[in-house]
Amino acid sequence: MADTPSITRDDVAHLARLARIDLPPESLDHYAEQLGVILGAVAQVSEVATADVPPTSHPLPLVNVFREDVVRPSLTNSEALSGAPSVESERFRVPRILDEE
Amino acid sequence: MSTHVAETVVDYDDVVARFDPVLGLEVHVELGTVTKMFCGCPTEFGAAPNTQVCPVCLGLPGALPAVNAVAVESAIRIGLALHCSIAEWCRFARKNYFYPDMPKNFQTSQYDEPIAFDGYLDVEVETDEGMRTFRIEIERAHMEEDTGKTSHQGGATGRIHGADYSLVDYNRAGIPLIEIVTKPVPDTGKYAPEVARAYVTALRELLRGLGVSDVKMEQGSLRCDANVSLRLTSSDPLGTRTETKNVNSLRSVERAVRYEMTRQAAVLDSGARVVQETRHWHEDTGVTTSGREKSDAEDYRYFPEPDLVPIAPSREWVEELRAALPENPAVRQTRLKGAWGISDFEMASVVNAGALDLVEDTVALGSDQGAARKWWTGELARIANEQGVELQDLPITATDVARVEALVGAGALNDKLARQVIEGVLAGEGTPDEVVASRGLAVVSDDGPLLAAIDDALAAAPDVAEKIRGGKVAAAGAIVGAVMKATRGQADAARVRALLLERLDVTED
Repeated sequence: MADTPSITRDDVAHLARLARIDLPPESLDHYAEQLGVILGAVAQVSEVATADVPPTSHPLPLVNVFREDVVRPSLTNSEALSGAPSVESERFRVPRILDEE
Repeated sequence: MSTHVAETVVDYDDVVARFDPVLGLEVHVELGTVTKMFCGCPTEFGAAPNTQVCPVCLGLPGALPAVNAVAVESAIRIGLALHCSIAEWCRFARKNYFYPDMPKNFQTSQYDEPIAFDGYLDVEVETDEGMRTFRIEIERAHMEEDTGKTSHQGGATGRIHGADYSLVDYNRAGIPLIEIVTKPVPDTGKYAPEVARAYVTALRELLRGLGVSDVKMEQGSLRCDANVSLRLTSSDPLGTRTETKNVNSLRSVERAVRYEMTRQAAVLDSGARVVQETRHWHEDTGVTTSGREKSDAEDYRYFPEPDLVPIAPSREWVEELRAALPENPAVRQTRLKGAWGISDFEMASVVNAGALDLVEDTVALGSDQGAARKWWTGELARIANEQGVELQDLPITATDVARVEALVGAGALNDKLARQVIEGVLAGEGTPDEVVASRGLAVVSDDGPLLAAIDDALAAAPDVAEKIRGGKVAAAGAIVGAVMKATRGQADAARVRALLLERLDVTED
């Protein structure tokens, strides 16, 4: 079996921070183990992928799917904002983000 | 609005005597496509907030992006004009981050497979030894999308009591951007600030020539981030760099690089290390301030965009686009330099003022090249600089300048009046002819009033009159000056002089 990528407690903490998920420290080992199992399952693919099979990101053999540069109707302002939890001055109102000017 | 004070800095001459600067420039250009990068929303500047948005650019669930063909074509043309290789196959990637300027929580960009790579742009800068060409190597030009506009309410400024939030307009989100990144630019020495400015200027000219963008720095359709680092000598490894953002004019590019060099030198002199960080340029105070530090929070977890298939420009398409490129700016400058009979230095002044198109247009409308250059790189460039706008955004056109010059040529205006007409056009008083009419600015060509004014001036200065009669023709200048003053500049000085000498029965030496 190919090398199974391992995932550490620190990896989980790092990913959780990047994903803005508040994980209690005592749960990190638990998730590291679970994610390790998932990665191991996915890694089985590399057993059948031999050197002559290039890594792929897209399952379809398609390239160059383009759109003409022609305007299509946009949403109205009220349609665009209809799902927003908070609205002000025709804009989306969001919590202030740290380190803004 | 900003109250940022300068940190300790080292005198610039001292910096360049002891340190070797290395530049890196990232330019973002908004393409002038009719629609966005991945959806059919329009891209017009200044529309009402959140009216040019759709499920794709709002990142609503299930929306599927589709690449704008013209944006890809523009990206390839930019790459070719910069002597880049064009990728045979490349993909988009998701750059993941949490910030409300992108509603998707990622920006669709390109990561390790840019559409164009390994090119260069030559720029000319005046040095102590004359004009010198600096070759700026281009690392890559890649496609991505612009972000929405956030405006921050309340908080630190305390204008809105208790408020602490941001408002977001996504009209700009998804507008096609091309990011053009240089390789580290070494060996510019004390000319680093000028080289940075000349590069952005030359790039802007190139992009304008391609017709891919309106390249307006003040509207943000051309944006520059300037990376600067210092090292002791050119054989040392690269120093730690800072990335200065918000550099929104050509002049700011030069000033920001210069400031960062002097600031970093002071940091290094104090024995500290330069922190690798984003810094913000403040046009009003001429300083940069610390933004966020680069850290592991900037782990963008790029991965190939699954909703967009790869782009594989056929070699036939690339060659077709290459063959249809407009005249290369360097070739064009050489051609015009010859046609106008001007020096490298004079051409560089025109280019660096961003005046090439305007001068060429003015000349095409019949003006003398010298006069056209004088207006655009002198008076008008100065005014544009003062107002912090681009030359071509001044409310005056090549047609106006050519008309003023035509009036000067016909003897209807002198230099001083021409200046007033230009001033009137800039003030929105209409065309040159309208300004001449409304301000009553015609040269007094009727000899009657001129002779009367000459007599008055002679009577007021009998000693001068005597000198002139005695053969001291040089003294005539004082009388001519008095007449010009009396006629509020509306006389033709040469005509006044001729009439004066005739009156006194004296001939030129």
